[in-house]
Amino acid sequence: MGNDTRPPRPILEEDLHAFVDSLLEPERRREVQDYIDHRPEVAELVSRLSAQRQALRAAFSDIVNEPVPSRLNLQRLIEERSAPLERGPVWRIAAAIVLTLGLGGTGGWMARGASEKTSAGIASLSLEANTNYAVYASDTVRPVEIDGAHKAELVRWVSKRLKRPVPVPDLERSGFHLIGGRLVATMAIQHNTLTMQRNNGPFGGYSWADDGLGYSVVGNDDAADLHPLADEVRRQVRMSL
Amino acid sequence: MKDLIKQIDPLIPALRRYARALLRDADLADDLVQDCLERVIGQWSQRRESDKPRQWAFAILHNLAIDSMRRRERQGVHLAIDDVDENEMAVPGRQEDGLRHEDLLRALEVLPPDQRSVVLLVSVEDMTYAQAAKTLGIPLGTVMSRLSRGRERLQKVLDGELTTPVRTAMAPTLRRLK
Repeated sequence: MGNDTRPPRPILEEDLHAFVDSLLEPERRREVQDYIDHRPEVAELVSRLSAQRQALRAAFSDIVNEPVPSRLNLQRLIEERSAPLERGPVWRIAAAIVLTLGLGGTGGWMARGASEKTSAGIASLSLEANTNYAVYASDTVRPVEIDGAHKAELVRWVSKRLKRPVPVPDLERSGFHLIGGRLVATMAIQHNTLTMQRNNGPFGGYSWADDGLGYSVVGNDDAADLHPLADEVRRQVRMSL
Repeated sequence: MKDLIKQIDPLIPALRRYARALLRDADLADDLVQDCLERVIGQWSQRRESDKPRQWAFAILHNLAIDSMRRRERQGVHLAIDDVDENEMAVPGRQEDGLRHEDLLRALEVLPPDQRSVVLLVSVEDMTYAQAAKTLGIPLGTVMSRLSRGRERLQKVLDGELTTPVRTAMAPTLRRLK
């Protein structure tokens, strides 16, 4: 105002975006507003840009109100990082337990320790369960490290290695008895799963994760036949937690 | 570390939002945020004085997201976005209240990732153009052109769905959202 010699700054497309994004200085905003007010086609464009912006904000607004999952807890991530154990690479000797169950050693299940640090996922759990089953279930000489007659000792030992109590389900009623168990190296698992997932691999079975422990039931039966057994294991484990 | 928590903790919801808006897969997005936070913790003491924590954290997350999208694309999970005719991707319009949440997300997916990220950082994360440029490590002019092309393209896809009988001749359907 008052300075008539200054030529008006041309209104550019980026001014319209900045208008929509409320990034203009008040004076410039007034100039742009005036420009828009005199041009219906520009007004429509600005209105559309504005609506688009609002729609995007609305579409994602719920996410920020969700509770932040515990694995994204900063304090905990910092603590894990400073713990010497957690500095290692993805592979570590996470204590894991394989319990071999028979029917003459044909079915096996495994529970294993979970670290919160890396996510290997349920797919790798089922793969590892398959691998372990392939290696140990076929071993007629020494399929287990501690046999079923020493169940209490087995539970003490693996619970100590896993640094948490490991429930061992009783599957006698389902027709299985405990042959024994052993420790194997494994990758860490992270997410709890809502549903059981059918194993990928040469052997049938199901995998899931509950309360920081991964579980996989593996056998050379049809996968579908193992579902009731897996359900029973999950039921008992949940009850013991 | 206290400073880290003070600066970064309030950003986590927005980091989750940005990751999910970019990738659409909630689990994958949180994986990336976790990765990002671990890097933030690891590199906190090495960051430059001039790095604003917010842009710095978003930049780390953005780079992880781009890597992840490239990996997925290489594995053939993603459509090669530029090869897809926008009309094919357009979603059919449904009802009077116009633009639905899902439609918008699908429309957003049609954008090339570099345009999508600018549109999101500016529209949803309230970054200025200069902040977006800093975060993405690109010149201001590039931010402006990506924003302009991104918004235009998004509008085209959304308008594609509006070429239905629901559309009225005069009033742009988008306006009904207000």
